[in-house]
Amino acid sequence: MKATRQAWVIFTGRYLRELYRQPTVIFIALLQPIIWLLLFGALFKGVSRIPGFGSGSYITYLTPGVVIMTAIFGSSWTGMSYIEDMGNGVLDRFLTAPVSRGALTAAMFAYQAVTTIVQSAIIIGIGWALGADFPGGLTGLVVLIGISVLIAMAMAGLSNGFALLTKQREALIGASTTLVLPLTFLSGAFLSLRLVPSWIADVARFNPVHWAENAGRIAAAASPAWGTVGSYAGFLATAAAVTAWAATRAFRTYQRSM
Amino acid sequence: MVDEAADAIVAQDLSKIYKGAARGSTAVRALDGLSFRVQPGTVYALLGPNGAGKTTTMRILTTLSKPDRGQATIAGIDVLARPGRARSVIGAVSQHSGAVGRLTGEENLLMQGGLHGMSGRKLRRRVADLLDLFGLAEASKRQTRTYSGGMRRRLDVATVLVHRPAALFLDEPTTGLDPQARADLWSVLADLVAAGTTILVTTHYLEEADQHAAKIAIVDRGRMVAEGTADELKAGLRGDSIVIELDGPEGAERAEKVLVEVPEVTASSVNGSVVRARVADGRRALPAVLSGLEAVRLGVRSVTVARPSLDDVYLHHSGRSFRQAEGMSAA
Repeated sequence: MKATRQAWVIFTGRYLRELYRQPTVIFIALLQPIIWLLLFGALFKGVSRIPGFGSGSYITYLTPGVVIMTAIFGSSWTGMSYIEDMGNGVLDRFLTAPVSRGALTAAMFAYQAVTTIVQSAIIIGIGWALGADFPGGLTGLVVLIGISVLIAMAMAGLSNGFALLTKQREALIGASTTLVLPLTFLSGAFLSLRLVPSWIADVARFNPVHWAENAGRIAAAASPAWGTVGSYAGFLATAAAVTAWAATRAFRTYQRSM
Repeated sequence: MVDEAADAIVAQDLSKIYKGAARGSTAVRALDGLSFRVQPGTVYALLGPNGAGKTTTMRILTTLSKPDRGQATIAGIDVLARPGRARSVIGAVSQHSGAVGRLTGEENLLMQGGLHGMSGRKLRRRVADLLDLFGLAEASKRQTRTYSGGMRRRLDVATVLVHRPAALFLDEPTTGLDPQARADLWSVLADLVAAGTTILVTTHYLEEADQHAAKIAIVDRGRMVAEGTADELKAGLRGDSIVIELDGPEGAERAEKVLVEVPEVTASSVNGSVVRARVADGRRALPAVLSGLEAVRLGVRSVTVARPSLDDVYLHHSGRSFRQAEGMSAA
């Protein structure tokens, strides 16, 4: 109860305020997925004509992919805010107050959830405007957004934990750029995994970004296989819980190292 | 167990070694059995050069770090065993600000209060009072990244006072502030102490400790080298200081080399164009000192025989001048 209140205080009292006071950040966060959609939409347009791709237009295929990709891109940077907080004394301020470490993680997750929901909704809107088709209807889209939130949280936990352990901006930038692009390309975001070499498809099966990708796309399509979506969502929720736990534990390691 | 009830802050035998983070780097002994006690409602100053262990002590007492050995209690609460409880009775200001730059001064205080479980009208009134007390009422609706150094420091202290802590930990609260801002901050701190708050402070300004601290500890290389009131520390030094002002820093360096050779001089230090020499009896040593300087034709501006200062105390106990030690560790 106390921890929930504290998480709420940090989330609303700090993160949301910081967000709306930085309009450039909001602008870039919205501009980026639009570029992805337009760029990849034009670049890979011919992909949908390859035999075996399946039915439907490429933009229909691409939109859920960009939703998931944007979610992990944004959330892979959340650790940066911890590193900034270490440098200017803000983290010490929190850690010397009787604040539950879980509340610190929860506030960050809540912030990540809100930004991901807004971003995902806007990407879906633009995709729709560009001609994407969502036969799954509103339910499917809500599930897609929910899935994007889960993968964003899993990634944010990873990023936060990594930031607390390494304490270095450069290390986080390196890890994030090294990890995020391969995970995205190995997820089926741009290309159906039916068209890729079988070893890539095998690797992708262990890729949480692929779980999110697949679950989101199934949910948005006609007559979704809810059982499949449910089990993917379960995996993702577990991944998010594990990284949340690790990120919270990382505070202890951080303090021991100081 | 010793009786902790009487003391607001107790540090006992604190020891800590930092293992080298990079491979091949050596371990650093930050604290080596440091012990002290602070009485409630007093200011206790930790002095010493960078790397002496002051900040490590602060971090341990404010639950940010754990010692390898030793104990600490604040208001009777065991800091190491019950860090959560200790956090609710302390206010800690680190060397860095700690204020969230994109929040206003008021919002920073409200958030801090919220984290301590305060809310509603009571919290709002407390925040307004503190902003008033620290002269920040006018700037309270501005984002703190626009604050001057002095304003931010006052905000830092105000923020950690929201929950009325029993003990305040201030790590170099006045570093980088102009004299007026330093005086302003100390005048508020004096009021807090008068109202019963205990303050542990580190500072680079010996004269601040001299003026405001009930007790002073000089720490070097993780150990206590001297402790007492400013007067006790100075009285504990027998002898005088001969303070010689020269034409410039270069002359001062040369003068010190001469003074080292004078038998009556037991220690010496340079600060800018001023050289201080410790002697047993100032009046007797003066002729020898002057003739030594005369021999090398140094331009002497003034010579005074002075009571020991805190810098002399530091020099005596560590074999280095406070400012010399500062320079060494900064290099």
